[in-house]
Amino acid sequence: MPEQPAHTRPRDAAIGSGLGRVLLLVYGIFALSASARALVQITTHFSEAPVAYLLSAFAGLVYITATVGLAIGGARGRLIALTSCTIELIGILVVGTLSIADAVAFPDDTVWSRYGSGYGYVPLVLPFIGLWWLWRNRPR
Amino acid sequence: MNGPLSTATIAVALALGVWYLIRTALDRRPTNTDLWAMLGLGALVTVLVIVAIVGLVTGDRPSDTMTFVGYLLTTVAFAPVAVYLARLEPTRWGTLILGVAALVLPVLVLRLQQIAEGAASIAGVTGA
Repeated sequence: MPEQPAHTRPRDAAIGSGLGRVLLLVYGIFALSASARALVQITTHFSEAPVAYLLSAFAGLVYITATVGLAIGGARGRLIALTSCTIELIGILVVGTLSIADAVAFPDDTVWSRYGSGYGYVPLVLPFIGLWWLWRNRPR
Repeated sequence: MNGPLSTATIAVALALGVWYLIRTALDRRPTNTDLWAMLGLGALVTVLVIVAIVGLVTGDRPSDTMTFVGYLLTTVAFAPVAVYLARLEPTRWGTLILGVAALVLPVLVLRLQQIAEGAASIAGVTGA
């Protein structure tokens, strides 16, 4: 079969298609890993580091809403994705900084600890890509 | 966890991942061969997971069985989900979906090995 160059993306395509579908997969992975991690932490040894584990659960929730926002698309999905990507960006910067500055307050890791170093710093890069993607596909 | 089988899975996944990334850079949509290759990797992963489940039933259980089973389910679902999404996206980004999945799978297999060895200290650092 002769190879055709890949299709280009139409301007009015949904935010959940093209690169958006790659983001959907990556956000989905983090939604699953962050919330599964929180579930295990909270059900097995919650008292050890309640703040860190609640933060894990919160991070999981943020990734879930971002995934849902990208998936449903449209004006509403865009707003959901925009809100959760912004919270995600603030979260990774604040928690990342605090976990280095005040290690005692974070005895156990969350997805966002040390700027997501346990996850190859993907959690640090992801909100920037997400927000760039939403900005690039802003309605006009 | 079966050592040689894990190593083979990781090697195949890394090779496929690099291939998909090159194809993405060349702006190629996923071909049927690309999709079948991912399903082949999925079959290899399924064998690995079945071997792990047999080990779970007959042999020693890792100290963190719940996490281990969670990882097993995630790992076995990975390739089919990637193929499903890549088929929805007949552009270079579909190829990138396969690439991301192929490069995350080795991480999942490594984590499975860590948990199987009951390395509580490592699990404590990198989490569930």
